Formats: sequence, C-alpha cells, structure tokens
Amino acid sequence: MYFGLSEEQEFFQDNVKKFLADNASIDEIRKIASGEGQDLQSEIFQGIINLGINALLVPEKYGGLGVGLLHAVAISQALGNGVGPIPFSGSYVMAPLAINLGGSEKQKEELLPKIVSNETRFGVGLSEFVGAREDAGLEIKNNKASGRALFVMDAENSDKIILATKAGVLFFIDSKDKNLTASGLTTVDKTRTFQELILDKVDCEILEESAKDIEIVKKVIDAGRIILAADTLGASESMIEKAVAYSKERKQFNRTIGSFQAVKHMCAEMAADLEPCYSLVWQAAHSFDVDSPIESRLLACQAKSHLSEIGKSVSKKATEVHGGMGFTDLLGLHYWFKRIGLNRQILGAPEIVREEAAEIQGFNQ
Amino acid sequence: MDLEFGSEYDEFTKDVQDFCKEYSNAIISNANDKKFEMHDALSGNSNEKTGKVVNRSEWQRLLIEKGYFARSIPKEYGGYGGEPDIIKSRIIATEFSKNKVPNAMGGQGIDMLVPTLLEWGTEEQKQKYIRSTLHGETIWCQGYSEPNAGSDLANLQTKGELIDGNWVINGQKIWTSTAQFSQMMFCLIRTEPDASKHAGISFILIPMDTPGIEIRPLVDMTLKAGFNEVFFDDVTVPEENLVAKRGEGWSVANSVLGHERGSLANPNATMNRLNTLINLMKEETIDGRRLIDVPSYRDRLLQVQGKVMAVQAHSLRLLSSKINPNQNVKLGGMIQKLVGTELRHELEGLAIDIMGELGTLYEDDPNVRDGGSWQFTYMYFLGLIIGGGTNQIQKNIISERGLGMPREPKVTIEV
Repeated sequence: MYFGLSEEQEFFQDNVKKFLADNASIDEIRKIASGEGQDLQSEIFQGIINLGINALLVPEKYGGLGVGLLHAVAISQALGNGVGPIPFSGSYVMAPLAINLGGSEKQKEELLPKIVSNETRFGVGLSEFVGAREDAGLEIKNNKASGRALFVMDAENSDKIILATKAGVLFFIDSKDKNLTASGLTTVDKTRTFQELILDKVDCEILEESAKDIEIVKKVIDAGRIILAADTLGASESMIEKAVAYSKERKQFNRTIGSFQAVKHMCAEMAADLEPCYSLVWQAAHSFDVDSPIESRLLACQAKSHLSEIGKSVSKKATEVHGGMGFTDLLGLHYWFKRIGLNRQILGAPEIVREEAAEIQGFNQ
Repeated sequence: MDLEFGSEYDEFTKDVQDFCKEYSNAIISNANDKKFEMHDALSGNSNEKTGKVVNRSEWQRLLIEKGYFARSIPKEYGGYGGEPDIIKSRIIATEFSKNKVPNAMGGQGIDMLVPTLLEWGTEEQKQKYIRSTLHGETIWCQGYSEPNAGSDLANLQTKGELIDGNWVINGQKIWTSTAQFSQMMFCLIRTEPDASKHAGISFILIPMDTPGIEIRPLVDMTLKAGFNEVFFDDVTVPEENLVAKRGEGWSVANSVLGHERGSLANPNATMNRLNTLINLMKEETIDGRRLIDVPSYRDRLLQVQGKVMAVQAHSLRLLSSKINPNQNVKLGGMIQKLVGTELRHELEGLAIDIMGELGTLYEDDPNVRDGGSWQFTYMYFLGLIIGGGTNQIQKNIISERGLGMPREPKVTIEV
C-alpha cells in the first residue's frame, strides 16, 4: 500500500517546477501577462513540450506515454505552483481523453499521434455542457456546427478545438475555419487564455463513440475538474510558501512579522487547510484511473469544490500576510490569486458542482 | 499510488467482515454507563440500535480474544499478542466503522496509560495494571492540568516529596474527567523543585481511594461531561508508583500525547457522524419537505462532506507514511487535532442548525433527536478544541515546528 505520488511522478513534477523557476520568473510572467511576450511564451511552451507533457495521457499504442491522470495531476500542481503560462488542462488533459474515450479507432489513430508530435494542438470548450450562459450553446445540423461557446480553454493559436453539443456529443472543428469567429476573453487571469467562439455552420467531425454514450463527456469533465483542483493546490502551496518566507524577512516593531502569533496563526491555518487537499486531489485522480465511476465522479466534484473554497481562503490570507506589498504588482502575488480565482469558476463553480455531487448520491430525489 | 493492501490480507479482511456482519449495529446493554459516555461520543458509536445486544465487559473480552482490540499488546499483559501491523489495525477500524460495530472501551487508561507503561513501566507495573485496564476493571483518570498550568502545562506546581519511601503529594489538578469513577490516576508531579521547569516533573500513579484526595465535580457546559477538580492533601503513595526515573515525567507524558491528539479526531468516527447526519436530513421534514431537499442545507452538507472526504483521504496518506518510512508527512501529522476537532464541531453544529427549533432540545426531552447527541457532541467538541492543547497552541506548533516560523519572543516586562 502506498498513498501518494510515485518517485517518477515527483521527478516529473520537480522537472516542470524547476523549468518554470528557471524560465518563467515573475518578470517574464508579467511580460506575458501584458501581451508583449509572444516569443517568450513560445519559448516557454516549447521547453515544456520538450519535457513531454503533451504525451502524458496519450496511450502508448498511439505513441504517447500512456500514464494516468494522477501523473497529470502531479504536473498540474507544478504548473499551478509556478503559474505556468502555457496550455495544459484543455490541450493535454481533456483533449487526449476526449479523443481516446470518445473517438473511433480511426479517429484515435489519426489524431492522438499528432498531439504527441505536437503537430496538432487542441483547444477544449465544454462550459456549455456544464451550464450554458445567456444564449450560448451549440448544435449540429447536417454536419455543420452552429452556436456560441464561452470560455473555450487553450484555444488561442490552437489547430483544432473540441466542443460539445448541449446533449453532450463531442466534436471538433478547425480553429481556422472561415465560418468561425474567435475572440479572446479578457479575464483576470493573464497566465492562460480563454476564447469566445461564434460558429455559423462550421464543418465539424463528431467523436463517434461520444454520440452513443453521455458518460464520455462527463468523464472528460471529471478529469478537467480534478486537474483544475490540482492547479489550485499547487498555486495555493506556492502562496503559503511565499507568505511564510516573507514573514520571516519583513520586520516591524523590531521583529520579523513571522514571530507575531497573528501572522503565525494565519499561516498555520492555511497549512492545516491545504494539507488534506493533497490527499483528496490524489485520491480523486487515482479513483479516476482505476475507473470506479460513481466514487470517482463524487471525488472529482468534491475535489473541485473543496479546492475552490480552500484556494479562495488561502489566496486571501497569503496576500494579507504580505501586507501592502501583497496588494502591489511589484511582488506579482496577484497572478496566483487570480489563477486560483479562475480555477474556481470554470467547469462549474463550487455550488454548482456540489449540487452535482448531491445528485450523484441521490440526495435530491 | 496503490491502495490495495495485498492478497495476504484478504483472508484477514474476510474474517473481520464476517465478524462485523454478525455484530452490525450491535447494542451495548449497559450503554448508559456514564463512565463511557465520552468515549462513545468520541468514537461516533452508532445510534441505530438494531443489532445484537452485548454486555460491555464481555464485548471487550471478545474483541481482545479475536485480536480486534489490544492487538499488539503482549498476551502476558492481557492483550491479544499479535505482531504490530498497521494495515490490520486499519482494516479492523474501517470494517467496524462501515458496519457500525461498537468500538471497544477506550478512555485515558487504555489510550494513554497502557502505551506509557509498555514503553516506560517496570515489569511489576506492567503486570499489575495493563490487564485490568484493558478489561475495563481499572478505570484511570489523567492528572496533568492545574489551574495555573493549562497551555503552559510544564508550569505545574503540585508537589511530591519522597519521605520514608513514600511520595507525599500536595496540590491540585483540574479538568480531570472521569475522576469520580476511577480507581487510579496517572499524574504529573513536581518532585525536583531545584531542577529546571521541564526537568523537575515526575510521572506517578495514585490510587484514588488514598486518604487526602478530594474530588469536586466541575460542571461543564454540556452538564454531563464529568470533569472534576482533584485536591491532594498529604496524599501518600509508595515510592514504586513512580514510572520511569525522577524528573523524566515530561518526556513520559510527551511520548503519548501525540497519540491522544490523533485520537481526538478519528476520521472514521467523523465519517460515521456524517452518515448519521445524512440520514437525519432524509428523515426530518419542515413543512412537509425533507431537510435534504432544502438547497441551502444541502449545500452546507456537501461542503462538510468535502472536508470529511479530505480528512479521510488524508488519513490514508498518514497510514501510508507509517508503512513507507521514506514518505514525509511531518506537517500532515501536526494538523490532525486542529483540523479534526474543528471539523467535528462544524458537522455537529450543522445538524443543530438544520433542525431549527428542534435542534435546541436536549437531554431526555421526549422530542429530542438521536438522544440529544448532536447538542452534546457539538458542545463537547468545543471542549476538545480547547483541551488536549488548545487549537491556538496547535497553530503555534504547526507554524513553529511545521513551517519553521520564529517563536514569539519572551515578554520580560511585568504586566
């Protein structure tokens, strides 16, 4: 019996952490966030790809590493920890899972190796299936997709985009289709991109198995939620480390502020809140990997909503520990704060996800 | 990640499961015994009394005989005499909890004194006390806290002098639960007045019927938890009642304190209470609507469930760290008391909230739900948030030893 990340998973995680520490310092993050760091961003992206994160969830049969979601969780923690300004949850978790679970054999053979070779990068937009806002939502008629999709993840500069109809059928389109209008959404989180898509009879290809079984889109969403929870976990961990480090340096009243119980207790509360979260997120990923559907969906929902709550609280307290500096752009702590804030809202805000968890358990019958 | 215990445990698991099936929801016949009220509340023993009826001391004997209790305590001292096996202990705890099988007796004698004597006691002390303690024949109370030694426990002043081969003890203890039912007390006494604060303390065993002991009940907010003040006026006990050496009392006490802190917030008990709360919310109605169908109540339930699932998963990680010594979960162990007691208090409080006016009923009111256990445990866990090292002290420990933050400088000015 062993409960935790394996040595291999920790090793991979450390590599990503180290890469980000060396290549994506706060100055570089700031440059990318201001929209002036296109080249820099591609360099970072290429470096991360060289580590192999695009191949994780593609089965070996199609040239990938064929590891489980727990492995991706380990990477997602590292990306959250360093507010990695690269596509991951959509392009390299939800997309390969959607194709592998929802595609026909022919589609898998065609699409999955191209994720590994980095010829094709997918954006993913499933928000309308989780809960459609305003007039958003997609339909397919005569093999043409129409409608509006919000918060499409990792779609900027992508090659193809995986979307879902209101009924949960997964399909993909070409990002450069002439009948597609894409515009970037201005969110608080500048470390990742989100788009709004308007489709007007766009050519599309349905992932065939997904049309037969609604469980497939749900599973892809479970995975996305677990990965976002892991991102919040890593980002929260980093915020606590920064708060503790700052409190040991900063002096007021001739003492380091970390010697005041008011400050120590805030740090202890953050640590106590976050510590069980590692276990919850890892167990959710493990449960997903061993494929116990009911348990894993409940765990995915609870990991997503619980991490959203803990992340919110940690990001507030850690900012407070930094005092006025925490509020400035100088330290850049807000990049973590905002990333945690975005993770909370996407693919179901906590109340919505908890309601799903209640349904899974048959509470509201 | 590997959550399987391995096929070598299959047979053991099956035996435990068979046993648990037989005693699922069993009722302990003398369950209202006040001596064990606290333990039952802590362990989350079921209130769905639908199973077999068992007598408490026979139940204890059966559990030891099966090796489901006192498993790794040597036979010669009245235990089962098995090899220590964390996984087997875990299987037992999980299956008992799942099937709502009543736990063995606990209390401070079993949970704290027995491990202390196994580690520090003389052969005579082990022979004399462990067996009768395990069988519930000797009930112990703990004499640590004093009016001026709470969070600053090492400041304790109850004094013991060795005179003619006897310890003569004078002073006062407080927060002594079950003192009125106990045959014995294990006690921290200042025996070395000239030594430094921590080095002047000894660990001494005191029979409660010794002349000079006065017990005064200290009524707490639950009106039934049964704390006491205990006064010592020239209380004389033999020299051999000292455990370990003179002045080693602080180390002796600390060696089992961590155990107490963990046991205050058993995640299995918390899961049982959560399941009881879910049942309550499905059964109780307001204006004909089940409480679980009220969206705001349901959301609060789900929030608490998320926390319970997190501490349950966390307990698996802690278990794993015991089996795999390379796994570092230092901080993970330190947070247990803080997180566990706060969570339990929140969970019990939620049950009260959702019951509205009914939630205020207590004791033997004819309309009270689940025997008044929600209010009792809600208040009792507030006591545990304060006791066993207050949660503020826990936060000092986490920040200083876990996060490496500096200690609060000593105040030198007289206030």
